[in-house]
Amino acid sequence: MSEIRTTVISQFKRVAEEQNKKLTRLDDDLVLFESGLDSLCFAIIVARLEDELGKDPFTASEDVQFPVTLGDFIRQYEHA
Amino acid sequence: MPDFCLRDILIASEAEAAGSLQSTGAAFAYRDLLTGTCLAGARKELHGKSVLIAPKSQLASATALIELDGIASRLVICPPDFTPFLLSSVIKQAEVDAVVYDGGSVDDGSGLPHYFCGQPAPADADRQSFAGKTEWVLPTSGTTGPPKLVAHTLTHLLGAIQKPPAREPRVSWATFYDIRRFGGMQIFLRAVSGSHTLVISEPDEPQVDFLRRCQAAGVTHMSGTPSHWRRLLMSPHANLLSLRYIRLSGEIADRAILESLRATYPEARIVHAFASTEAGVAFEVTDEQEGFPASFINENDQENDQVGLRVEDGSLRVRSRRTALRYIGRGDLKLHDEDGFVDTDDLIELQNNRYYFKGRRAGVINIGGLKVHPEEVESVINLHPRVSMSLVRARRNPIMGNIITAYVVLDGKLQPIQADAVLKSEILAVCGERLERHKIPAVIDFVASLDVLGSGKLARNHA
Repeated sequence: MSEIRTTVISQFKRVAEEQNKKLTRLDDDLVLFESGLDSLCFAIIVARLEDELGKDPFTASEDVQFPVTLGDFIRQYEHA
Repeated sequence: MPDFCLRDILIASEAEAAGSLQSTGAAFAYRDLLTGTCLAGARKELHGKSVLIAPKSQLASATALIELDGIASRLVICPPDFTPFLLSSVIKQAEVDAVVYDGGSVDDGSGLPHYFCGQPAPADADRQSFAGKTEWVLPTSGTTGPPKLVAHTLTHLLGAIQKPPAREPRVSWATFYDIRRFGGMQIFLRAVSGSHTLVISEPDEPQVDFLRRCQAAGVTHMSGTPSHWRRLLMSPHANLLSLRYIRLSGEIADRAILESLRATYPEARIVHAFASTEAGVAFEVTDEQEGFPASFINENDQENDQVGLRVEDGSLRVRSRRTALRYIGRGDLKLHDEDGFVDTDDLIELQNNRYYFKGRRAGVINIGGLKVHPEEVESVINLHPRVSMSLVRARRNPIMGNIITAYVVLDGKLQPIQADAVLKSEILAVCGERLERHKIPAVIDFVASLDVLGSGKLARNHA
């Protein structure tokens, strides 16, 4: 597993726990909004990942693509 | 000024459009709401009263508003997620006489009479109107403690709504924005005043279910905050909608969201509106660009129903017949300045003949359309015994517009780095017990010190 993937997954788990949300199984096809998390959770995850990984692909890019699945989400960090 | 109530407008438009209010598991035709009662005929008892509209569901709130406008002296609209503390404060400030609820327990401790709002049932036609105009009261969060109660009349709230052009194909509305907040209220009133079907959601409804209901109802017009729309674009089901009109309000509409919506809904008109509970609807931007044209700034004559806009001390000021009347129960707070302008506290900056929004004055933070006052969050963080002081700031965020970062100074005791995580969880737990979810810091940074000004106040300059 790539380092980015590990970091993303662990941040999903941490935020779910803090926000009392029950996470479903985290595989690449998982639709983000069917993961058990909501917009506020994703906002927190993106902010913390920026601190941890030093990038925010959704703000940096000229051509913003909103991610739909967990796979999209991780790829955007890997390619940023 | 014409003296009418929501029912009168609905009656005038109902014959043509024959719409309904649609929620999870229930849909009420406007026609049935007009001829029946959802309050078991309690309107005689509520005549001339100050009524708190406190159902859990949007649908019951909507039906109560239609039934009681023109009958109650005051309709105090309770937003979702109101805590018992806020409820009791609003009841006191707005001198509430009665509470409308829909079955969930209303934990207000008021001892006031409660009226159940349910399905429309046949009612006698006898309907005695309230002599004055019903005041519509919308709470907005104050710096700390009790919310400020902003009073409007229906005329003010309807001010921005124009009659759709004749022969416009059938319109059906949906709103992501709760109708008990100003942005959603505008959509509720747009729908009702044209007797257009309105699809609303209820808490915990999965988004895909809501979208399917919108699809089934043939929704053409939809409104939400930029954060709501980002949420939609992250859904694999965004293509269930075929929209002719997309409206954004309540937050800064940035280029990313405007362009993404354009790409996803090529047929739709995309409009972002500037409005606030106090200032009403000020203007709409239709050119699909961020910010608004400099030519919007003018001091137009409000008597001709024009909106005046002014920039003073960097913030946008609005004068129009759509601004709120006053704050209820707070004689010390002025809504308008001497010239009748309302300060929106939104900072704007001119670049190339266009104004861009730069965030809020006084550090008020907008999280997905909800206001947060840093001082309120700081006072809660400071309750933790190890915290000596804290500073809360907005941080730009591509999902919710902003999130909250808290900079925290601990007492002098040294601790190993590993203990940081434990302490952060403890602080978050303190916040979780006392604050609404969006007010809880997303990120906590421990810092050695914070700048304090000569006045003894924290330096709040934006980073």
